[in-house]
Amino acid sequence: MTLNEKVFKFKVEVILKKGVLDPQGEAIKQSININNLGNILDVKQGKLFELTASSKNREQAIKEVERICADLLTNSVIEEFTYYEVSE
Amino acid sequence: MIWHKETTLPKVDLVVLPGGFSYGDYLRCGAIAAKSPIMKAVKNFYEIGGFIIGICNGFQILTETKILPGALIPNTNQKFICKDQDLIVANNKTFFTSNFEHNKTISIPIAHHDGQYFLNGPEIEELEQNEGIVLKYRDNPNGSIKDIAGVCSKNKRVIGMMPHPERAVDKELGSVSGLRMFESVLSNF
Repeated sequence: MTLNEKVFKFKVEVILKKGVLDPQGEAIKQSININNLGNILDVKQGKLFELTASSKNREQAIKEVERICADLLTNSVIEEFTYYEVSE
Repeated sequence: MIWHKETTLPKVDLVVLPGGFSYGDYLRCGAIAAKSPIMKAVKNFYEIGGFIIGICNGFQILTETKILPGALIPNTNQKFICKDQDLIVANNKTFFTSNFEHNKTISIPIAHHDGQYFLNGPEIEELEQNEGIVLKYRDNPNGSIKDIAGVCSKNKRVIGMMPHPERAVDKELGSVSGLRMFESVLSNF
């Protein structure tokens, strides 16, 4: 981190695309229903990432986060992502 | 053997990406290995028409680098499956399967947790039309779409498969179907 850089924090959520089987989500749904915890029609299990970026501005940080999401955090064949900035 | 931190390949006839659990399958199986420095050289090798085989985790790495289509996701039963598996040779016009008759049943072991092959609708049709499906499971063990156990690239020079041919090279081990595959490679050079 250099003097003219600031810290930006993001959360990234990755979830399986529609049509991709999610056996873990299915098992969790069954457990909810078997234990009478609620009336749940569908469960999808995904991943949550926290990224702390050091960038000269917000625009640059967002650009980097988007590239990281597309290049590494998700496989576009099976997954999609959303991200949002969070305060420290 | 070429270390993953290398950036160039020596002069080779064939690149083999073996199985294993690179980076502990963190993030997605094969995802982090796909970003290894050597994979840029492997991708270049593919682009100039080089021959490549990816086995198990090697297959997963090839899909993550987009050299092969699709993705490998966890088996539908969420279990690690390790057993001999009957396969059907769906395409015998590749350098790795040319010693087999079309539709022949062969036996090669599988050993994976994330072996379910996935590709969405239009792309799976394209793969079929291009004769990209090389091996199919006789009794689908993991939920793979169209029973797919192995696929090849459009130019037929890159093959990825979840079963382990290197574990079926001796009668004492139960099968020599894997040996036949490596013999196919030799007879094509």
